[in-house]
Amino acid sequence: MKFVDEFREADSVKRLSEQIHRSTTRPWSLMEVCGGQTHSIVRFGIDQLLPDAISLLHGPGCPVCVTSERLIDHAIAVAEDRDVVLCSFGDMLRVPGTEKDLLTARSAGAEVKVVYSPLDAVKFAVEHPEREVVFFGVGFETTAPATALAVRQAHEQGLRNFSLLCSHVLVPPAIESILSSDKASVQGFLAAGHVCAVMGWREYIPICQRFRVPIVVTGFEPIDLLHGILLCIEQLEAGRSEVENQYVRTVTEEGNRKAQDLIVDVFEVVPRHWRGIGEIGSSGLAIRDHYREFDALRRYPVDLEVCSDNTGCISGEVLIGAKKPPECPAFGAACTPEHPLGATMVSSEGACAAYYRFRGSAGQQI
Amino acid sequence: MCLGIPGRIVTLTDTGVLTRSGIVDFEGVTREINLALVEAAGVGDFILAHAGIAISQINEREAQKVFEYLRSIDEAELETGDL
Repeated sequence: MKFVDEFREADSVKRLSEQIHRSTTRPWSLMEVCGGQTHSIVRFGIDQLLPDAISLLHGPGCPVCVTSERLIDHAIAVAEDRDVVLCSFGDMLRVPGTEKDLLTARSAGAEVKVVYSPLDAVKFAVEHPEREVVFFGVGFETTAPATALAVRQAHEQGLRNFSLLCSHVLVPPAIESILSSDKASVQGFLAAGHVCAVMGWREYIPICQRFRVPIVVTGFEPIDLLHGILLCIEQLEAGRSEVENQYVRTVTEEGNRKAQDLIVDVFEVVPRHWRGIGEIGSSGLAIRDHYREFDALRRYPVDLEVCSDNTGCISGEVLIGAKKPPECPAFGAACTPEHPLGATMVSSEGACAAYYRFRGSAGQQI
Repeated sequence: MCLGIPGRIVTLTDTGVLTRSGIVDFEGVTREINLALVEAAGVGDFILAHAGIAISQINEREAQKVFEYLRSIDEAELETGDL
């Protein structure tokens, strides 16, 4: 496939790996904050092409994984309303809430529909005016434009039977939270390429300056990842801490302005609770008052007990890079993709699920 | 979750401000994708699709940069006799 296969070519992978070995003189810890990159790193064995001195840590890069139990419980309660069709991405259906997941609710009669795009939920609402359609929107800045576009389309069409349960989160505050934590010792970041395709990379400059860490905007294919790692190592070895863009075919400095304007028009920035991590200030998106008629939190207020996100798994430590999945006593035993204890084992992009799928139940290379 | 898939625009099917759309070819699999946020992209251009919308137009010239870098490593090694 164009822009895929050429970025997996074996000889180029080997050359970049060799260049990283030549460039590395000391131990370095790098973190990616993108489930797609985590998945690629484990799938293609990128970590095993690196010198032992380089440690790759997997950050909170999966928005499905960090959606709070409380919001999952809210979505389940909304779905159990007999007038409602709850639409969401497939990964959301098996994320455990306090007592059950959306798939269990569907088995018991709730109408839960998997969609590819938020726009499909709007289309479904247009085609079924007799039903209340609620889209459970999750994602980083990559997905926020599609969700915002769905709200704008619903607004323009005067739809009365569409609303959004919004669980969108933002990447830069999560990076700042990790760098401020005592538990993690990250020296460089690979920034998520598709988040930056939307947002550009200027917002990472203050983080580089404040914490003196290099941040390299990186793509998803093996050559992208190795090139991003190389650029990060070269900065660390030279004592530099700058924002650098590896993913130049897709990311520009200013990003997609039209998408950014759409996000700002529909959403405001709010504090958000990240599952396994806790509340992070200014890290979530909520619907602006101007579009309040589409806010499912207002349309379907649910009185839920405060829950503790206590599932007995260590996903919180996995999400900030303090531990790797195989270090969890439950990994591959009490916790598997079929019977997940935490969301990092549910989503295909969760770090635990990636290790289980590509490294086996012991988390080692097969 | 943030999976983005590169594809080539085959036809434009809607020119509305919020509904601008086209058929996009993902190496043989085609699908209608909203193109409202990549105004400059037209038929024949490559875009990156995510959750049913195009979030970026792929710059084919910039895509070559990593390979130019790899060639520069090779040339440097030839000059120093490392190969």
